[in-house]
Amino acid sequence: MAESELDKVSGKTTTGHQWDGIKELNTPLPRWWLITFYATILWAMGYWVVYPAWPLLWSYTRGALNYSTRAAVAVELANLEKIRGDKMIALGAASLADIEKDPALLALARARGKAAFGDNCAPCHGSGGAGAKGYPNLNDDDWLWGGSLDQIVQTIQFGARSGHTKTHEGAMLAFGKDGILKPDEIGTVANYVRSLSGLSTRQGYDVAAGAKIFVENCTSCHGEAGKGNQELGAPNLTDKIWLYGSDEATLIETITIGRAGVMPAWVGRLDPSTIKALAVYVHTLGGGK
Amino acid sequence: MQQSQCTKWMTHGEAGLMLFFSMAAFVCAFAAAKALDAPFAFHASLAAVASGVASFAIMNRYLDRPASLPPEEINGKPNYNVGPIKFASFMAMFWGIAGFAVGLLIASQLAWPALNFDLPWTSFGRLRPLHTSAVIFAFGGNVLIATSFYVVQRTCRTRLVGDLAPWFVVLGYNFFILIAGTGYLLGVTQSKEYAEPEWYADLWLTIVWVVYLVVFVMTLVKRKEPHIFVANWFYLAFIVTIAVLHLGNNPALPVSVFGSKSYIAWGGVQDAMFQWWYGHNAVGFFLTAGFLAIMYYFIPKRAERPVYSYRLSIIHFWALIFLYIWAGPHHLHHTALPDWTQTLGMTFSIMLWMPSWGGMINGLMTLSGAWDKLRTDPVLRMLVVSVAFYGMSTFEGPMMSIKVVNSLSHYTDWTIGHVHSGALGWVGFVSFGALYCLIPWLWDRKGLYSLKLVNWHFWTATIGIVLYISAMWVSGILQGLMWRAYTSLGFLEYSFLETVEAMHPFYVIRAAGGALFLIGALIMAYNLWMTVRASEADVGTELALQAAE
Repeated sequence: MAESELDKVSGKTTTGHQWDGIKELNTPLPRWWLITFYATILWAMGYWVVYPAWPLLWSYTRGALNYSTRAAVAVELANLEKIRGDKMIALGAASLADIEKDPALLALARARGKAAFGDNCAPCHGSGGAGAKGYPNLNDDDWLWGGSLDQIVQTIQFGARSGHTKTHEGAMLAFGKDGILKPDEIGTVANYVRSLSGLSTRQGYDVAAGAKIFVENCTSCHGEAGKGNQELGAPNLTDKIWLYGSDEATLIETITIGRAGVMPAWVGRLDPSTIKALAVYVHTLGGGK
Repeated sequence: MQQSQCTKWMTHGEAGLMLFFSMAAFVCAFAAAKALDAPFAFHASLAAVASGVASFAIMNRYLDRPASLPPEEINGKPNYNVGPIKFASFMAMFWGIAGFAVGLLIASQLAWPALNFDLPWTSFGRLRPLHTSAVIFAFGGNVLIATSFYVVQRTCRTRLVGDLAPWFVVLGYNFFILIAGTGYLLGVTQSKEYAEPEWYADLWLTIVWVVYLVVFVMTLVKRKEPHIFVANWFYLAFIVTIAVLHLGNNPALPVSVFGSKSYIAWGGVQDAMFQWWYGHNAVGFFLTAGFLAIMYYFIPKRAERPVYSYRLSIIHFWALIFLYIWAGPHHLHHTALPDWTQTLGMTFSIMLWMPSWGGMINGLMTLSGAWDKLRTDPVLRMLVVSVAFYGMSTFEGPMMSIKVVNSLSHYTDWTIGHVHSGALGWVGFVSFGALYCLIPWLWDRKGLYSLKLVNWHFWTATIGIVLYISAMWVSGILQGLMWRAYTSLGFLEYSFLETVEAMHPFYVIRAAGGALFLIGALIMAYNLWMTVRASEADVGTELALQAAE
C-alpha cells in the first residue's frame, strides 16, 4: 500500500490507497453539490408536509392541503361538464331532425361526433371517414344501408352482421366457391357488371350470356337495373363507387368468394347521445339523405 | 469419483457438477417427454442437451488438465483467470449486435407496420421484449459479468475464486438468455416488463446468480489489498440488489411443472408496485450501479489519473443505493396507486438527482489534468461522453418524475427518448469504452487494431443517439400535447389515430438513428475481431501499464 502523496496537477493529496495502479484524491465534497443535495432533501420534506406522504398503521399522513387525486379528477370532470354545459342535455333530449335545424346544437353534435368518430370509427373508416377497401366511404352519397338520419342511427346501434339480434343481415353469396356459377360464367357476369356503370369490358365477351346470368342470380338483391337494395345492403352497381374494387379480377374474386364485411354494434358501448351525435356527424360529412 | 489412484483427483466441484448435470439431463429429458406445450418441450430438450454437453465437457476438461489446478500465483504475481471473461466479452458483442438489430427492426415496424409480416414470431409484441432483454440483460449483463470478474481480480490482486464456478456463471447466464429469447419468439411470457421469462427460466437464473454472488464475494474476501476499491462496492450492490429484485418480482405458481405458463403471486396494484419497484431498480442497480463500477475502474485506468474524490465516491454510493430503491412508484403516477406512494416515489426521485450527479462529477473530474487526451484517444472520449449522457439522463429522470411534468410525459415517446439517452448514451458508450480497453488486455495485444475505426464508431453512434433522442423528445411532447388538447366546446381535439399519424416522421428519424448506432457497433465488432486476430501477441505499452502495482 502506497503512502499518501501530493498530486501535482490538482494540488490535492491522495488517500494513500492504491488498486491496480488506480489512486484516489482526497478532494472534499463539491460545495454546490452538497448544498443542492440538502436543498432537494428540504424540498422533499416540505412536500411531505403538504401532500399525502407517509403510511401509518391503518392510514397515511394526508398533508396540509388535504389533496387527493380522486378529488382533483372530480374537479376536472366538473369543469368539463361546465364547458359542455346544458347544451349536452339539450342534445340528449332533441330529436335528430331538430338538431340539424338548430345551428348551436348542430355544432355541438358535430364536435361530439367528431371526437367519438376519431376514437371509435376512424380505425376502419379512416380519420376523415374516407373509408378503405371493404370499409365504406362515409363522405359520398352512396349508402349500403341507407343515408337518412334514422337509418344511420340504426346502423351505428346494431352494426352489420355483428351478431346482434337487430343487426343488418344479408351478404354477398360465394357464387364460385359454393358451385352456383362456373368460373367462365363468373368472368362473363363480371364483365356484364362492369358494363352497368359504363366501364370497359373484355373484347368479345358474351353480352347476352352475361345479362342472362345477371338476371338469374343477381337481380333478387341488386335489382333488375342493378341499382341495389338498401333493405339488404346490396350495393348499387351502376354508380362509380366500389367497396372492394371495380377491376375485373376484384369483381371475379367478389363473385367467387362472396363478401360479408362486419360492422360492430355500438349500442351499449356508446351512450345514446353519443350515437346521436355520431349519426349527425356522419350525416353532415357530405352525403346525408 | 476418482479417475486414478495415483495423483490426479476430481475436485468436489467437478464431481458434484458432473453429477448435477447428468441428473439434470435425465430430469429435463423426462420433462420434455411429458411437456404440455410445445415451447416447454423445446426448452426442456434444450436444457437436456445442454446438461449432457456440460457433463461431457467437465469430464473432458478433467481428463485434459494437469493433476493440479491452476496455481493462485506465478512468480509471485497473481495468476488471473481470463477464460470466462473472454467468453463473456465475446457474448456481449454478439448479443449487443443482435439486440441493436432487433431494436432497429421494431423501430422500423413502428414507422412501417408492414414489417410485422403478419407472423406471430415477427410481431412487435414478441420482438420488443427480445430487444429490451437482449440489450439490457444479454449485452449489458455480459459486459457486467466480464468487467466485474476482471476488475475484482485486478483490484484485489487475487485470482477469481473457483475453478468451474466462473465458467458456470458465464455459460449458465448465457443459457438463461437463450431460454428467455427463444421463449419470447415462441410466445412464452409472464407479461411483466423486463421480467418476461417464465418460472423455469427464473429458477435457473436464481441458481446462476447465487453462484455469481458467491464467486464475487469470496474473491473479495481473499483480496490482497487492505481496502475494497469503489468499483467493487458498486458491483456488489448490483449483484445483491438484482438478486433481491428478481426474487421479489417473480414469485409465481406454474399451472403445471410440465408447462410453461405460470401465475404471479401478486395481484392488482400490489403487482404493479412490485413490478415497478423491480423495473426502476433494474435501471438503478443493473444499468446504473453496475456501469458506475465500470466507470470507476476504466476511466481512471484509461486517463491514467487518480479518482477525483474518495469522499464523494463514498457519499454518493450510499446515498444512491439508499434513495434509488424508493423511486419505483414514479412509473405509476396518476394511476390507482395510492397518493402517498406516488408522493414518496416522486420525492425520492428528486433527492436522487445529486447522488447520481456525484457519480458524474467523479467520472468527469477524474479527467482533470488529462483533458488533452480526449483529442487523441477516442476510447477515452467514448467513456467521457457516456458520463455526460449519464448526467443528462439523471437530470431528466427526476424532472420527469415530478407529477406535473409526468402528466404530460407519461405514456408518450418522451419516456422512450429518456430511456435511450441513458441506454445508448450512458450504458452503451461506457460498455463500448470498457470493451475497447478490455479486449487488448485480455488477449495480450499491444493495442486496438485501429483507433481510427473507434473514431468512426464514436461519431456514427453519437449522431445516431442525437437523432434518436431528439426525435423522441419532439414526438413525445407533441403526443402529450395532442392527447390533452380540448376544443372550446369541451371535446378532445385529436383522435388517437391523428396522434399516431403525427408521430410517423419522428419514427422514421428514430429508426435512422438506430441504424447509425447499429452500424457503429458493427464497426466495433470488426475492430475487436481484427485486434484479437492480430498475429503478434507482444506485450506492449498498455499491458505494461496493467502490471504496474
